Amino acid sequence: MARSLIEPGAVLDGFTIGECVHHGGMATLWSVTHPDIAGPLLMKIPRVAEGEDPAAIVSFEMEQMILPRLQGPHVPAWFATGDFVRQAYVVIERIPGQTLYKRLPDLPLAYEEVRVLGGKIATALADLHRQNVVHHDIKPSSIMFRENGEAVLIDYGLSQHNHLPDLLQEEFRVPFGTAPYMAPERLNGVRDDPRSDLFSLGVLLYFFTTGVRPFGESETMSGMRRRLWRDPHPPRWLKGDYPPWLQEIVLRCLEIEPRNRYPTASQLAFDLGHPDLVKLTARSERLKRDPLTAVWRRRFNQGMAIPKPKSDMAAQLASSPIVAVALDTAEGSDEMNAALRRSAERVLAILPSARLACVNVLKLGRLTIDRTLDEQGHNKHVDRLVALKHWAQPLKLDENRLTVHVLEAIDPAAAILEFADVNQVDHIIIGARQRSGMFGRLGSVSSKVAFEAPCTVTVVRPPRLAGRPALEDRDMPPIF
Amino acid sequence: MLLALFADIHANRQAFAACLEAARTRGAERFVLLGDFVGYGGDPEWVVDTVMGLVEQGAVAVRGNHDQAVGTPSESMNAAAQAAIDWTRSRLSAAQKQFLADLPWMHEEDDRLYVHSEASNPQRWRYVQSATDAARSMISTPAQITFCGHIHQPALYSMSVTARMTSFVPTSGIPVQLLKGRQWLAVSGSVGQPRDSNPAACFLTFDTKSREITYCRVAYDVEAAAKRIRDAGLPLWLADRLSKGR
Repeated sequence: MARSLIEPGAVLDGFTIGECVHHGGMATLWSVTHPDIAGPLLMKIPRVAEGEDPAAIVSFEMEQMILPRLQGPHVPAWFATGDFVRQAYVVIERIPGQTLYKRLPDLPLAYEEVRVLGGKIATALADLHRQNVVHHDIKPSSIMFRENGEAVLIDYGLSQHNHLPDLLQEEFRVPFGTAPYMAPERLNGVRDDPRSDLFSLGVLLYFFTTGVRPFGESETMSGMRRRLWRDPHPPRWLKGDYPPWLQEIVLRCLEIEPRNRYPTASQLAFDLGHPDLVKLTARSERLKRDPLTAVWRRRFNQGMAIPKPKSDMAAQLASSPIVAVALDTAEGSDEMNAALRRSAERVLAILPSARLACVNVLKLGRLTIDRTLDEQGHNKHVDRLVALKHWAQPLKLDENRLTVHVLEAIDPAAAILEFADVNQVDHIIIGARQRSGMFGRLGSVSSKVAFEAPCTVTVVRPPRLAGRPALEDRDMPPIF
Repeated sequence: MLLALFADIHANRQAFAACLEAARTRGAERFVLLGDFVGYGGDPEWVVDTVMGLVEQGAVAVRGNHDQAVGTPSESMNAAAQAAIDWTRSRLSAAQKQFLADLPWMHEEDDRLYVHSEASNPQRWRYVQSATDAARSMISTPAQITFCGHIHQPALYSMSVTARMTSFVPTSGIPVQLLKGRQWLAVSGSVGQPRDSNPAACFLTFDTKSREITYCRVAYDVEAAAKRIRDAGLPLWLADRLSKGR
């Protein structure tokens, strides 16, 4: 490989090479420019000279395959690829700023700051997983932030794309990655479970809130294997003031069995976004690790697990949606609320990992000054929460599958749409417009939600009754 | 240039016609026929005529074991396959039989090799069932990409410069770039008798510029193809298996 192709001032395929900005073990990064591309760019060159780690080639090939397929704000934009025949490289967007690694001297950070950071990273992971990619190297140095605060995940050399050959599958006898962050199932060769990334994010959350790595820094195989049976010290053992909701989230991410973690990154982001709604289990209060009997049982059951067939990532994500049902507790009729409950029940019955968010909009007047208390002195917000819980009660959902939310807004449709967007809702269930014309002249909430929602929307109508006009006629959006 | 590759058509007119149409819709400019045009199915005359017509227009065709068995009866075939070949022999014209007898074992163009079974010894009709089988084929050819069929189950293997193997069951409709740094072996699914539990007909496209391979699946009139088998008096199992994709 002619090294002289890459030096400051040289031009390769239209890219003018600038300074070398990073010398890593696997690759070097160069600042480059191109006359047709605005904004700063990075050229990544793998280290493939004689005597270098052959892993560098394979992980570079993986990035070559995966980067061109990724899109959206949570990944660096990809511009060009050069192959090994002449000069291997990829050119990607240069994200300004530093990786989260720069924050290590500041650890531990405040709980609230980590909650917000974690929510952004989980949101980025959810977006990546929806693109059928498991990152497999989530750690502070793979995470950056855009100026608007959105997290960007970089470095796809160890990643696995569910629709592409996994070039790393037989390349290494030992699992390859960053030892402190590696999920236990990776040590058994599992590379297609997106929940491995949730484990790594759990390690990061634990580390950033306590300043201690939950599984230490051991890079030996035996040191890493301990996490297959040995759980970490609960954060509350280290810090007495550790919030129970945060311990609940972190320890759920760090569950040894993937099926005991959050089913999706979206659901993790949801809990990080609503700490007051996190369902607290025994995890949240624990001060000690599991008893030795449990640890020994796990240790001696190693290898007993039945090998699983290749997973279908998209199907797994689709089976764990966040479903939001928009309820009008004040104006909604009993028959409509029953119809909404039946619709929600059907979705939840076939998808045991789905979670339900019951949403009600407390409509604020445009002109009047709203008061929290109604005429009788009841707290309207609390009344609505009680009504939502009452509506959901017949569904008999585990508490960790159900949350209730009262949004205060002037425009109910906009509030529901914003809720769906922020919380990565996969499916909205909403009633068709009611006869009572609260929104009659303003157009229907359900039609606006159905039209503008970022996800699937089911518009529910109660059973037809003879002698009443078809709801379709009444639900037409107004024509001005 | 966009290539379309078809393996194991097995005298299934409905499946082959559907795949040809789908390939043309996708803009295929060159056709490669990876063998086993006859056997099992009820329309050998139409299929062989169609293949001959495509070859006249520049398509590449290589020999499959069922094509060979028409002229050179094989002792290793199971009873149903043998019955179908005996019936096929009675249906084909002398010119059609001669066409099958003259088919080459392999064909190479640019950095690609086309062969029915595998490259190490095409006359032995070995199946590529594992990364080890794939490696044996790959080390016996300098071609960077080998396209084959024979096993009726889609698979994609690669070998790195350090001779590490990867195996992969492709997702239909999702293009995969065959990176230049390694050798590849693409096993096509079957046009006329899929056996991967998906009854839809399978063919491949390969874009020589972007080096992207796509495993395509096409729904076709399975019932009509099964009826042709039953009407011909061939073993009923050959008709029944089409709807199961087994």
